[in-house]
Amino acid sequence: MGKKSFALPYVVWMIGFTIIPLAMIVYYGLTDHTGAFTFANAAQILTQEHAKALWLSVGLSVISTLICLLLAYPLAMILKGISKNQNSLIVFIFILPMWMNSLLRTMAWQTILSNQGVLNAVLSFLGLPTVRIINTSGAIIFGMVYDFLPFMVLPIYNVLLKIGQDKVDAARDLGANGVQTFFRVIFPMSMPGVVSGITMVFVPSMTTFVISNLLGGGKILLIGNVIEQAFTSGSNWRLGSGLSLVLMIFIFISMAVLAKYDPEGSNVI
Amino acid sequence: MKKVIALLLALAMAALSGCGNAENSQEGEFKAGENGVVKVYNWGDYIDEEVIDLFEKETGIEVVYDLFENNEEMYPIIEAGGRVYDAVCPSDYMIERMIQNGLLQELDKDKIPNLTHIGEAHMKGAQSFDPENAYAVPYTFGTVGIMYNTTMVSAEEVKSWNVLWDEKYNQSILMYESVRDSLVPALKLLGYSLNTTDKAELEEAAGLLIKQKPLVYSYVMDQIKDLMINGEAALGLAYSGEVLAIKEQNPDIDFCVPDEGSNYYMDAWVIPANAENKKNAEAWINFLCRPDIAKMNFEYITYSTPNEGAWELLDESYLENKNVFPEDAVINRCEVFRYLGEEMDQYYAELWKQVKSAR
Repeated sequence: MGKKSFALPYVVWMIGFTIIPLAMIVYYGLTDHTGAFTFANAAQILTQEHAKALWLSVGLSVISTLICLLLAYPLAMILKGISKNQNSLIVFIFILPMWMNSLLRTMAWQTILSNQGVLNAVLSFLGLPTVRIINTSGAIIFGMVYDFLPFMVLPIYNVLLKIGQDKVDAARDLGANGVQTFFRVIFPMSMPGVVSGITMVFVPSMTTFVISNLLGGGKILLIGNVIEQAFTSGSNWRLGSGLSLVLMIFIFISMAVLAKYDPEGSNVI
Repeated sequence: MKKVIALLLALAMAALSGCGNAENSQEGEFKAGENGVVKVYNWGDYIDEEVIDLFEKETGIEVVYDLFENNEEMYPIIEAGGRVYDAVCPSDYMIERMIQNGLLQELDKDKIPNLTHIGEAHMKGAQSFDPENAYAVPYTFGTVGIMYNTTMVSAEEVKSWNVLWDEKYNQSILMYESVRDSLVPALKLLGYSLNTTDKAELEEAAGLLIKQKPLVYSYVMDQIKDLMINGEAALGLAYSGEVLAIKEQNPDIDFCVPDEGSNYYMDAWVIPANAENKKNAEAWINFLCRPDIAKMNFEYITYSTPNEGAWELLDESYLENKNVFPEDAVINRCEVFRYLGEEMDQYYAELWKQVKSAR
């Protein structure tokens, strides 16, 4: 019984819950029904419907990631600026919704955004024209931003906290104004947080099928929906696995691109 | 590499089956004979839950109750055999498919004496998918039609499927998240069979659905109830069985089977070939066929029951309700879904993807 035995549970975990499932996906994805090797399943991504779904997923994910970043960064700056007691309360309030089931929270948005919903009731009460947002791409972006925003706030906030006031003072001392200090000192130093925030929003957005089902009314087909349907109603596991492989490669590439902007290279996730 | 993968897969399988055995032996310790449980796989919201308690109390058999949302989701689960069930309640065409692929076992009718309560006509109806009445016990039946809110849509309009393409109802039309159901209006409008295997005909029908898509509020299943009750949608495709329950909560809702014809469906209980507790499953099915239990279930789920014993217990207003117990003329213009084979299944799935991804 050496120190190595401590690692055993983790090894079992990794093999059982990462390597074997992954191997099964690779196996199903790269074989046909006779068990012979083929790229045909993965190549299905090139069909019109699948390619369209993939690009739509990329588009919506990029938009919601950007919105999350634009919302989260100022918030993280504000949190850093205020006193310790207050900001822990605000952080707590931000994390609180995450303790509730995300399915429930998404369904709440369904009620809020629907034609007869809360949002339109408020609008018509104020004498404003009502909006038709439910079951559109807009509603899906809404849902993604709401569900994943905390994942952007926390890593950025954590990185910002570590940037000492002395660095900011030094920049100001050397003649940088507020804007220059931000863009040339604070922002570059917070890149690891930004990168991991982007990763943690972009990846679940790319693969989601729940949000698009609930807020898209089944009218908008994302790559996550295609894969889900291949496994469930389509009962075509090989297609589902093949498309999953393509999606994984896709995410891998975007991560690799992102990693270039991470100066320390320490923050892959 | 292939060897490594094969080895890993073998390991995974061993681990899975190992778990299965452990589970069984544990149950065996508590109850003798068959495992003392019956594992039931049913549609969502498709039983009066009190019936489950009653069954457990009367028989001492524990019910493990799981739900599925549609036939297509249920099938791969039963086929893969990873989760084993003793009693399942699929629809007509899916039962035909399961019989063809050897996924079901014949019922021991001596163990289901209450079967006599099921109406003759419906046992005959079941023969369209189960020719010898050997595998399936009818549970519910009904038609597919248009559910509409009478404050927004007139009774005259819904006599034709064309109303589902009427731009007046932009963003107020509901369709089912199920390819065969959603194709019913399109195929019937074009005058084609619901069981067509002619790809040109199917493509034409899918084209109609793509044309309809901008008008559609959403493609859903169980959610239709909520969306119709709160007036979010004006009309939509619906199973006749949904109507009574919805009407109770919103009296403005009505239902019609359009003149062009439609689908007549039947859901029935079957026992999968790999069931572990066949006797308990038969006890379960027998219990559901008892007239008072069938009545309880009907009053809760409001899908028409083929149980004639229950009819005698039911309020007459139900029996006179044509939405619940359709006239022969309506049934005669309806078609039962048939299973069309693996290849057509994939083709239907492709068509559905085209519809869903269209803008």
